[in-house]
Amino acid sequence: MSEVKDPKCHALLGSLSDYVDGTLSEELCVEIDRHVAECQDCHIVVDTLRKTISLYHDSASGNLECPEAVRERLFKTLNLNDYIRH
Amino acid sequence: MVESKTEISVEALRSGNREEFARMVDAYSGPIYRLALKMLGIPADAEDVLQNTFLKAFQHVKDFEGRSSLSTWLYRIASNEALMLIRKKRPEVTLSDISPENDDNSDYSPAQFIDWHPLPEAEFLSSESQSIMDSAVQHLPENQRIVFILRDIEGLSIQETGEALNLSEAAVKTRLLRARLRLREELSVYYGERLKKGEKNERG
Ligand SMILES: [Zn+2]
Repeated sequence: MSEVKDPKCHALLGSLSDYVDGTLSEELCVEIDRHVAECQDCHIVVDTLRKTISLYHDSASGNLECPEAVRERLFKTLNLNDYIRH
Repeated sequence: MVESKTEISVEALRSGNREEFARMVDAYSGPIYRLALKMLGIPADAEDVLQNTFLKAFQHVKDFEGRSSLSTWLYRIASNEALMLIRKKRPEVTLSDISPENDDNSDYSPAQFIDWHPLPEAEFLSSESQSIMDSAVQHLPENQRIVFILRDIEGLSIQETGEALNLSEAAVKTRLLRARLRLREELSVYYGERLKKGEKNERG
């Protein structure tokens, strides 16, 4: 296990979120593209960071309902029994 | 958060229309419960947060001014409830825990450099993988955890996340970056092992 030593690698860290979200200025983006193309460690960090974010994003795409029993108790607590849909 | 098909009327909510309130609960109870469960990790606690969120929404909807969207307003109540419950359950809070940013970079610099992202898709869908991901979120400090959940799991914008948490966009971004990097580290340890195992099996 190694720590990031190159100051360039460290400077890139602060912009990583904006970089993977695509919200970075074009100038900075080009600069990071260039570094990532040459630096294997940063390349891996970017790829695995993207993957991490997309895994969490995808994990939320299903099951938007809470469990039926939880939902029933919620409606009861709120005195909304008359409106519960089954 | 998915806005319901027919827009919920804030006017009707404010005038005390119970049917409209029930529609709001129907539309948002799922996402609010999920937020609470990701935040707290314990179903009974998540249910407390869920109930308190809508009880408070019911009490305060008269004062809702519509400066943020209804969903952001509900997320705001739910986030407060979740953070309050976490802090209540952990009374031995030290000053460093509540200081807004712990500015040492030790939790910031990447230390794992294994490229696990091309693992077969099935690896990421296993129940073991899901529980590793959930517990990694639980390991985040709560002020990073809530930002990550709102932004990257619930899909709020940076601005909406800031509105829900009363934070500047800069503060949201800082916490989000730290959360993402920490999660990457933790997932890298697990998936790095999976990768090595897979390679060994292929050889042997
Ligand atoms: Zn680098």
